[in-house]
Amino acid sequence: MERYTEEHEYIRLEGDVATVGITDHAQEQLGDVVFVELPEIGKTVAKGDEVAVVESVKAASEVYAPVSGEIVEVNEALSDNPGLVNEDAEGEGWFFKLKVADKSELDGLMDRAAYDAMIA
Amino acid sequence: MPNTEPKTDKTTPAEAAPLRGREGQGAGAGPRVSAAPSESGGEGKGAGPGAGAVGAPLLRTPLYDQHIALGAKMVPFAGYEMPVSYSSGILKEHLHTRKAAGLFDVSHMGQAYLTPADGRFETAARALEALAPGDFLSLAPGRQRYSLLLNDEGGILDDFMVTRLADEGRAHTLYLVVNAARKAHDFALLKEHLPAAVRLEEGEGRALLALQGPAAASVLGRFSPEVAEMAFMTSVELVVDGARLHVSRSGYTGEDGFELSLPAASAPALWQKLLAEPEVAPVGLGARDSLRLEAGLCLYGHDIDETTSPIEAGLGWTIGKRRREAGDFPGAERILRELAEGPPRKRVGIRPEGRAPAREGAKVLSGEGDEIGVITSGGYGPTVGGPIAMGYVESAHAAPGTAVSLLVRGRRLPARVVALPFVPHRYVRRKT
Repeated sequence: MERYTEEHEYIRLEGDVATVGITDHAQEQLGDVVFVELPEIGKTVAKGDEVAVVESVKAASEVYAPVSGEIVEVNEALSDNPGLVNEDAEGEGWFFKLKVADKSELDGLMDRAAYDAMIA
Repeated sequence: MPNTEPKTDKTTPAEAAPLRGREGQGAGAGPRVSAAPSESGGEGKGAGPGAGAVGAPLLRTPLYDQHIALGAKMVPFAGYEMPVSYSSGILKEHLHTRKAAGLFDVSHMGQAYLTPADGRFETAARALEALAPGDFLSLAPGRQRYSLLLNDEGGILDDFMVTRLADEGRAHTLYLVVNAARKAHDFALLKEHLPAAVRLEEGEGRALLALQGPAAASVLGRFSPEVAEMAFMTSVELVVDGARLHVSRSGYTGEDGFELSLPAASAPALWQKLLAEPEVAPVGLGARDSLRLEAGLCLYGHDIDETTSPIEAGLGWTIGKRRREAGDFPGAERILRELAEGPPRKRVGIRPEGRAPAREGAKVLSGEGDEIGVITSGGYGPTVGGPIAMGYVESAHAAPGTAVSLLVRGRRLPARVVALPFVPHRYVRRKT
């Protein structure tokens, strides 16, 4: 199952674990990503918390937790190659994986069609 | 994701994001990416009601249609709708400028002429010397200077370029280029203080292009061979396709290059002509900002403002020897004292040791953890290949090599004070 936030994160749920990143539309708006600050593994986050920071040449933008849970994995490849976010935002450019505390929190998020309509 | 703004100055439309996420403004709510650059023109702290009051309709330069046709990302900047980048993006535009040639539309900047009624250059030069500390009396025709408008406390009201026009009929005239966001302020100040014998004529209706990079001279030389002979900070009058241009060999990137002032109606044709050359790519305000930061050049409203003195800013070289001896410029008391005793703080380069950029407003801490300064410009340097910053630190901590830390999102990032520029200047200096 895949859901999207108004802040342009995607959340891809497989079992209890969700992969989170920013959408292709978001990376396009940001421009060249030069740095990504990732959360610590093991950290517990609440929906809406700032968990990561993505920096382009010009600006820093925060990435919020789309749902509550525990950080179980981060994409270490972004440390050496933050440009992965531009190359493949919704694939290799993922940010972190989250063990979801309450799957019902995903209910309020958009599906692809709704997200596409929002950015159209 | 959104929402960290790189700049702290809330008065500038430059801070308005092209898209907004959380605020949900506009149909296509996107990440609130503040890609708006902080290029010269960023409204200064305490800037008066200048160009770009929030809510005012945005102005367009004569090259607006060209930007749209090139797919530029347009952002509000200093009251204008300006290209922050084109389709290739800030990073590539930056690197292209250092490698070949970048073409910039900087028509938002303020252009003006100071013309003496008596036709004597000295009259115009003396009038400007009352407001700025440069030695303008000694300017030969076709020579250009970088200078500063100062207040009575020695603070910087704006930085500007001044040129004594080269053509025989107008060699008594000074031509000024000031920051976009300060032009209303500057022109009002000039009108208020200039003697009746000197007229300020605003260069509305003129466009300004910058062609910057190692290939700039060979590109421009195809249309005007005489530019090859020009030295850095000189200016000539050229006619290209019937349009009369002021061409100066100067810029805001640290590279060799030219600035071309011409009537607005002629600008689209020259833009197209230059862009048709294989080495030339259009470059937006985003890369203009990263280029000038790597070159260690100040951005008004950020690295210099009404509170900073020329000495603190490391711009003491703009004060002519004759002017120092005479002490006959605004704020001379503070400036001469700082020259003699050293300023309390200094503008320095700062290189974070990790990969995380430190943006404007980040506090600078000493090795002991005491607050010793603040970042005034910071980001990623594409040519450097890492984060770079400029800021002010207490003079005791200003020596290159000094270890400091930068407070970013509550964490201390190790960094070092370094000499400016980050990327060596490649100006063409020759004896004239």
